[in-house]
Amino acid sequence: MINYTENIRKISSDLLKSGKVDVVIGYKSGTLPGVNEPFLAKTPEDADKLVWDSQCRLNLANYLTHRKDKVGIVAKGCDSRNINTHIVERRISREQVTVIGVPCTGMTDKTRLKELAGGDILTLTEAGGKITVKTAKGEKTADKNDLLQDNCIRCLHRNPVINDIPAADPVPEVNTTRNNDAIEKIEAMSADERWAFFDDLLSGCTRCYACKNACPLCYCPTCFVDESRPQWVGKGDDPVDVRTYHTLRAFHCAGRCTDCGACEAACPMNIKVRLLTGKLEKSCYERFGWEAGMTSDVRPALDTFTTHDPEEFIK
Amino acid sequence: MKIYHIDRESWVKGLAASAEVYQLVGPVREKDDFDFKVLDKGQMPDLTGTDTRLSPKALVFPKSEIMMTFSTDPNDPDCNIMKEAKKEYPKRAVIGIRPYDARALQILKMNYDNGDYQDPYFLNAYEAITFVGLAVNSPSSTDFSTSCGTGPFDEKGLDVLLVAAGEEGDFYAKILTDKGDAWAKAAGFSKEAGSDVSTRIEAMKKTAEEAISSKIAFDKIEKKTVLELFEADHWENTAFACINCGTCTYACPTCWCFDIQDENFGTKGVRIKNWDSCMTGLFTLHGSGHNPREHRYQRTRQRFMHKLKYFADKYGEGIMCVGCGRCVRQCPANIDIREICETMNK
Amino acid sequence: MINPYVPYPVTIDDIQVATEDKSLKTFRFVFKNPGDEEKFSYKAGQFAELSIPGQGEIPIGIASSPTEKGFVMFTVFKTGKVTQYLHSMKVGETMGIRGPLGNWYPWDTLKGKNILIIGGGFAFTTLRSSIKMMLDPKNRGDYGNIDVVYGARTPGMLLYKDELVEWEKRDDIRMHLTVDSEAPNWNYHVGFTPAVTEKVAPQASDDTYAIVCGPPIMIKFTLPVLEKLGYKHDHIIMSLENRMKCGIGMCGRCNIGRELVCKDGPVFTLDQINLTPKEY
Repeated sequence: MINYTENIRKISSDLLKSGKVDVVIGYKSGTLPGVNEPFLAKTPEDADKLVWDSQCRLNLANYLTHRKDKVGIVAKGCDSRNINTHIVERRISREQVTVIGVPCTGMTDKTRLKELAGGDILTLTEAGGKITVKTAKGEKTADKNDLLQDNCIRCLHRNPVINDIPAADPVPEVNTTRNNDAIEKIEAMSADERWAFFDDLLSGCTRCYACKNACPLCYCPTCFVDESRPQWVGKGDDPVDVRTYHTLRAFHCAGRCTDCGACEAACPMNIKVRLLTGKLEKSCYERFGWEAGMTSDVRPALDTFTTHDPEEFIK
Repeated sequence: MKIYHIDRESWVKGLAASAEVYQLVGPVREKDDFDFKVLDKGQMPDLTGTDTRLSPKALVFPKSEIMMTFSTDPNDPDCNIMKEAKKEYPKRAVIGIRPYDARALQILKMNYDNGDYQDPYFLNAYEAITFVGLAVNSPSSTDFSTSCGTGPFDEKGLDVLLVAAGEEGDFYAKILTDKGDAWAKAAGFSKEAGSDVSTRIEAMKKTAEEAISSKIAFDKIEKKTVLELFEADHWENTAFACINCGTCTYACPTCWCFDIQDENFGTKGVRIKNWDSCMTGLFTLHGSGHNPREHRYQRTRQRFMHKLKYFADKYGEGIMCVGCGRCVRQCPANIDIREICETMNK
Repeated sequence: MINPYVPYPVTIDDIQVATEDKSLKTFRFVFKNPGDEEKFSYKAGQFAELSIPGQGEIPIGIASSPTEKGFVMFTVFKTGKVTQYLHSMKVGETMGIRGPLGNWYPWDTLKGKNILIIGGGFAFTTLRSSIKMMLDPKNRGDYGNIDVVYGARTPGMLLYKDELVEWEKRDDIRMHLTVDSEAPNWNYHVGFTPAVTEKVAPQASDDTYAIVCGPPIMIKFTLPVLEKLGYKHDHIIMSLENRMKCGIGMCGRCNIGRELVCKDGPVFTLDQINLTPKEY
């Protein structure tokens, strides 16, 4: 990871010096072990604060949305697909963005880190594919691959698909199967079981909206949850409203979601909201052979049509 | 006031006895974390965690609370007339609340009883509670409570301070108020601790306070003007990572802002009070479409200006933060109040 | 403990379309329960939450004067969910009013002083309340000269036209009405409120206070005019608006710095406002 960090700093510094970009969006070290903070580097000196490791869980494409300047952006595979989506959806122009592509080997899951540590993490170090956490009680080390976020475990595009200046050589893609066991398990449930499952899944939600605010797709000027005329959804903690929010949000992401996992990483209640978006991602692939964000010139599946689209639902 | 020594057996018996008179509330395991819940008969509070994920503020300021009910049925003689919702406030004992969290609820009370108006929903719930707090012997690395006018052994918001006494599940219970005394009587605690107990508790307090390495300072913020702090040029940088979700405001024990909403079910309806967050654009959006806090950084600035300056200036009781560290730990973007306080205090 | 969230039930007694574009209506409410009117005792400059069960609440300045008994009056612009619904309501229907809320124009300070009232568009409601109150024979002697500059886009957009005509005829108040551009049968000023203010406003003095209430653009251009005329910032009084819910200083959304517009305001002197962030 040290290589990545050094390369990102060098590339960013050069880009800023040359004036090719006005700013670089990346990560700096956070104030807590195991957390990095999205950071806007404006000068070559700022670029020296940029870092990269396995604790860069948010999706930096989220920070591109309203920018008017020339932006360099550090992007892992999923972030790069959201940059494509942004370009397709005209949130930003291709000319405005310089992608510093990071071949990604996955991000650690905050809950798995917590479980490994078994207490307050005082320091976290990463070397040679191992993560070591120190607590007041002692040190624990584990393979990074055993600590990955769920979305990283089944990642199919670890290398950026849009990549102006690679920060490192590509990493091998490790997954060949699209199987999504978690979704298939839910599909196999009876309707009643499924109802109970989602009821329990969403029961802790406080409607803090960290999931949608961490999501690069959620850029609507007024989200449907904030509309008052008509008011689509109540604002209290009625389970009907909580379910409505999560389900509708997932549908808004259908065919656009890159399974970056930022929603789950952001959720303070550790709700597995990808179990909703994952089903839609799966359907989009099965029905339309569509994977979100792979190019910057094709509209998302539900935003366009072809004469080959399945149409057996038309009776 | 008295200090009792409670051994494990008396503790279990005492809680059961006090449950005859009080509704007991305490931290329990909720999925992968802790939350304050009304305890079932015979259920013991789980005191193994340091902080509950959400603060205990929901006990006095629920996430969503019915304030009034109404009918919009034109045939109802009371059509369109708001009725105060019928509520009961049973006597409650909250077991195992952390001292800084109890202090936080006192801060909330300053807002909900502002001299001119009293919020009956908050105050009735608050007054019904006897706070049986548990001192923090091993503070977390994100605990900075001692910088915030409270601490791991702070007695201000409590009626009883429990201190884990070292032996197997034993407690010292320091009675701090008449309310606390009444609860201890209901529990039947009577064995007074030895004469050296005050010294022992003081020593434990000192150890706990010294274990806190995380500190903040706001002495310079106090002296600066509101406009100087507000107009400082760092805010856009400071707030860059913030995604303006409500995680910090909902986890925070001192964030008191709320929304009022009507909900209809046919011709019946309720007016409810919901947690709200200054992080959202809707919070301040005018009917005209104008928004005084249109930009994301302005909302982040509001939160910290409120906590570290407006509140301090208005009440003269320190900052609107007890240093529990929940927002620091839960923020998805690593917005850290300690760091922002340092920037403001330069 | 009095529950400050429970509104007084009222009956809609009268509804009048207030402007030619029908975007404003004036509502008169009568309290349903005897005694509530007395509890609702208010001063000119205060506001109330109009409360419609199932729709919500909206903070609106009180347009009636404390000297008018038997009803309370509000003029409401149709804009959001609650006001849209209110505009569709009929005489005889029941709803709620919560208040009076907030502070008022500083009538104690204003005793014996000359008063310049500057209003624009549909922010004339609490100014109407103030004028009506001061012109009451019992009160008129308490104040010096009264000048009123009131502007709207067109004659048809001026509120309370019958009263404006009546006041125009009196000799104990100087009315300076203006519209943005020439209009048929319009015999008063033409031009924007700040420009007219510059022409007609009395010179500043320790004994002259200005009360300014209007849309942001009017305020923006009127304040420099007042400064030019020598008005000190503590002699310029303004009423602010912000999004509100509770109206009693608790829900936290209407603050400008440490001040809550709903409870510490809505009335502030420019001096006070200058010390706070401009988040309104």
